[in-house]
Amino acid sequence: MKQIESKHPAAIRWFHWINFPLLTIMIWSGLLIYWANDVYTLGWGDTTLFHFFPQGFYDAFSINSRLAEGMAWHFLFMWLFAINGVCYVLYTLISGEWRYLVPNRHTLSEAIQVVLHDLHLSKTPLPRQKFNGAQKIAYSSIIVMGFGSLITGLAIWKSVQFGWLTAMLGGYAAARMEHFLLTLGYVGFFVIHISQVIRAGWNNFRAMVTGFEVVNGDH
Amino acid sequence: MEITDREIARRTRRSFITGGIAALAGFGAWEWIRTSYTEDGIQRPLRRAEQADDIFSRVLFSETRLARTFDASEIGEAQVNGDEGLDGEPAADWKLMVEGGNALSLDQIKVLPKVEQITQFKCIEGWNYIMKWGGAKLSDFADAHGPSGARQRPWVGLETPDAGYYVGLDRASAMHPQTLLAYEMNGQPLTNDHGAPLRLIIPVKYGIKNLKRIGKITFSDARPRDYWAENGYDYDSGF
Repeated sequence: MKQIESKHPAAIRWFHWINFPLLTIMIWSGLLIYWANDVYTLGWGDTTLFHFFPQGFYDAFSINSRLAEGMAWHFLFMWLFAINGVCYVLYTLISGEWRYLVPNRHTLSEAIQVVLHDLHLSKTPLPRQKFNGAQKIAYSSIIVMGFGSLITGLAIWKSVQFGWLTAMLGGYAAARMEHFLLTLGYVGFFVIHISQVIRAGWNNFRAMVTGFEVVNGDH
Repeated sequence: MEITDREIARRTRRSFITGGIAALAGFGAWEWIRTSYTEDGIQRPLRRAEQADDIFSRVLFSETRLARTFDASEIGEAQVNGDEGLDGEPAADWKLMVEGGNALSLDQIKVLPKVEQITQFKCIEGWNYIMKWGGAKLSDFADAHGPSGARQRPWVGLETPDAGYYVGLDRASAMHPQTLLAYEMNGQPLTNDHGAPLRLIIPVKYGIKNLKRIGKITFSDARPRDYWAENGYDYDSGF
């Protein structure tokens, strides 16, 4: 006989999996919009290390000349993305799940331990807990980033009605760049998130679908 | 909780099947939107969503909220994008036609109180520039030269003399105090590239609504046609 225990509440699993396609559509439609004025580069002075984005990238994902379509998708799915995100935050607050997610005074040192462990620089075994310090920081940051995307997006979309917000963010062009940087942040999060899920293995992944984790006798 | 391997497998299967059905439903919704018939250049469900957004925009809009104005030192380089409705030179005998009213010369428009403002011109593509514009308020023009009750009409339509380009504006945006019939850019008369002799400057809307070389203006009860809204873009396109 094996032991299982509940890990992720059903509501959180739904919010998580609904967010995945919504954010994907927001990033994709955002790219259709960004294409029309693709001015951001990585570099200094006259040196350009990388241009967002090379023509091959646009061609590969059929991004060329679809501004109107991109805006239309973006301005529908922004509502769904916002509603799902707000529901998630409300749920974690009301259910008390926030306690597992919000960093506390131990989180930073825990997170450093996790990073050292994952980079094989430390052999100290990690304490068993629902979310380790690195996860707490990552999962809280992603919510703050989501909020940031809504705020910067609103500052771009309604830059006169919310002129105070646009001004607070440094102006219209600055808000657009911040909106873009947050998107790069999601992509970075995604890469790390997926590699950590693969490392953690099936039992951990399954818990995000079924809600339960097998706690012993699984080996 | 103690549990058998069989039970774990059963519960796992059940959850994955539920997830699979949800994923299929989501994919179905996506495909339904993606493959819907288009209405004015955009899939119908997306067009409906934009129309709902437009209602939101109009409820949110306040005529007393002003677009940010800038210092003269911040004035940048004006960009040109698109020449729809701007074939050749403007006619030597150009006049602004008012539907149901008179045809007005530029001198007659210049008699109206002149407003100069430094605002940000924002293209729907994502770029912007800061520029000083000079002209008459559209609201002043409506009072002086529009047909009776022009200011209260729900819509204002503008088009180029050849009707090659045309825009529609909701009343609140058209009568906004920063909406100008502009004849000067940076203190100089407009060049042809920028819509000589008279263009619309409406800082509460994207550049696509800032029609150049105005030929005709209509104060109407019916929503006017709009060039880019017929080509997939949002009708309101306002900030």
